[in-house]
Amino acid sequence: MADPMKIRAAMAGDKVEVKVLMAHEMETGQRKDSKGAVIPAWFIQTVTATVNGKTVLSAEWGPAVSKNPFLSFRCAGKPGDKVTITWVDNHGDKRTDEAVVAG
Amino acid sequence: MKKKIIVASALLGAAVGCSHMASYAPVEPTNDQVKAVLKGSFREVGQAKLDRIDQDDVQRICSAASAGKALAKEDAERIEKSQLAGIKYPADGYMGDWKAGEKIAQQGTGKQYSDDPAQPAGGNCYACHELTKEEIAFGTIGPSLRNFGKVRGFTPEVQKYAYGKIYNSEAYSACSNMPRFGHMGILTEKQIKDVVALLMDPQSPVNK
Amino acid sequence: MRPNRTIAAALLLAAGLGAGSPGAQEKSKAIQEIEKYRAALGDDNPAELWESRGEDLWKAKRGPKNASLEACDLGLGPGVVKGAYTVLPKYFEDSGKVEDLESRLVTCMVTLQGFTPEQAKKDPFGGPGKKVPMDALVAYVAAQSRGMKMNVAGTHPKEVEAYEMGRKIFFYHGGPHDFACETCHGADDKRIRLQDLPNLTKTSDAQRAYTTWPAYRVSQGEVRSMQWRLNDCFRQQRFPELEFASPASIALTMFLAKNANGGVMNAPAIKR
Repeated sequence: MADPMKIRAAMAGDKVEVKVLMAHEMETGQRKDSKGAVIPAWFIQTVTATVNGKTVLSAEWGPAVSKNPFLSFRCAGKPGDKVTITWVDNHGDKRTDEAVVAG
Repeated sequence: MKKKIIVASALLGAAVGCSHMASYAPVEPTNDQVKAVLKGSFREVGQAKLDRIDQDDVQRICSAASAGKALAKEDAERIEKSQLAGIKYPADGYMGDWKAGEKIAQQGTGKQYSDDPAQPAGGNCYACHELTKEEIAFGTIGPSLRNFGKVRGFTPEVQKYAYGKIYNSEAYSACSNMPRFGHMGILTEKQIKDVVALLMDPQSPVNK
Repeated sequence: MRPNRTIAAALLLAAGLGAGSPGAQEKSKAIQEIEKYRAALGDDNPAELWESRGEDLWKAKRGPKNASLEACDLGLGPGVVKGAYTVLPKYFEDSGKVEDLESRLVTCMVTLQGFTPEQAKKDPFGGPGKKVPMDALVAYVAAQSRGMKMNVAGTHPKEVEAYEMGRKIFFYHGGPHDFACETCHGADDKRIRLQDLPNLTKTSDAQRAYTTWPAYRVSQGEVRSMQWRLNDCFRQQRFPELEFASPASIALTMFLAKNANGGVMNAPAIKR
């Protein structure tokens, strides 16, 4: 299983603000190593965020997103709600982490 | 001036801290001691051998000068004279192709252990100098070279000076920060001529 | 260079480019845009991922002795991590040497966990797809000194000796380019290309520079430590390779760290 994400979820006014740091190489597939061989593409393709089981964000990412991506978004919710983030990459590898909205 | 402050605070720290011992004055390590520590702390990789830690006279004198013992006038003159005497001028004029010179000025690789020794080195002039108007990503460790030829005159004498300065800047300014591109074999004769053209050709963007 | 964070930088730089001869105004505009880029980066630092991994490694039972590092004395007593980065490098009785954070971690990995020195020093710097324990441990320990002032004593005779050696190394010109640390770091208000250079012989610059290492280097996609910074400086100075946790690296770190006394730690930081 891939490395854990760091998720912070707190109230910002009457919305929930979620900040996520993901650990991922996000290799574009366009870089070459020192010997001239192409470094294979390896990047997150889909990201899904749910609050109490209901999908609030879904994203399709590509090679333009940089290594160790940072995602931040706002959505409806309240303290105590469970926020879950899931990513799936082009190798089929996935990672799910969760956090509880702080008061 | 700033270097004296650092040394003074080290001495003060030593005196204040070791109150239970006889007052301890830090002894500056000798050059040989420093070289020994360095040789025991570095490993050879690629083209970078341990002999790069051996110093020539210029490096040794300039290291001592910047560590606090000011450069004596006689030492400065002696360095400039000996370095000037070692400059090898080309047989067929000083000017090459400024377009090639601009590439050399932009290239930052050469002589590092991560570089391929079979590839020509660059001058990395932009690391320290402003040159053309177009290149805004320039450093300020050295003076601006904008309008180099325009300001000094497009004459063979200035071409020769430019060649010599690039070949061995210590010949003109003892303990200069600028690498000795010819003397140390970093750039070839042709490459230096190309950089001279970058500085001295009236058509070069440096002079526009 | 990595996409996205640097695409933003390129756009900002392009916006800053103007026609006409470069006066002081236009030059500083390029610098202003770089500062804006740096501020935009500050939002969330991937170094937190290293800090978490480092904390796990500090507590994990590893090595032939199957022990954690939690009894390691980083300078404030066994197991005290908070504030330890501010007192290093320091002389340690048990090893009889002045040690910086990384060499001290090596010592603890050897004595507490039973690794050989070669195993402990192997692969100290992470790379693409390569995760190593050392930079995560450094990120974790440095983070525990956030907000605290650098306070290197430097009074023990061995510490004084290390400082003086580090100072001489700082001014040691060598290699085909005649470079020393001071070539780039010995004067005020200089930059190499567009990278500002701290004058490490001046207290205010030394404080500003030292307290932002270790750092997440965006262009590297890795957390980089002081040992890495010295190693990479010497490569660019055309020297051979500086050995990890070597006497010269510790002496130089002693010189730089003590010059930064009074500076407030804010590491791991984020840099281009």
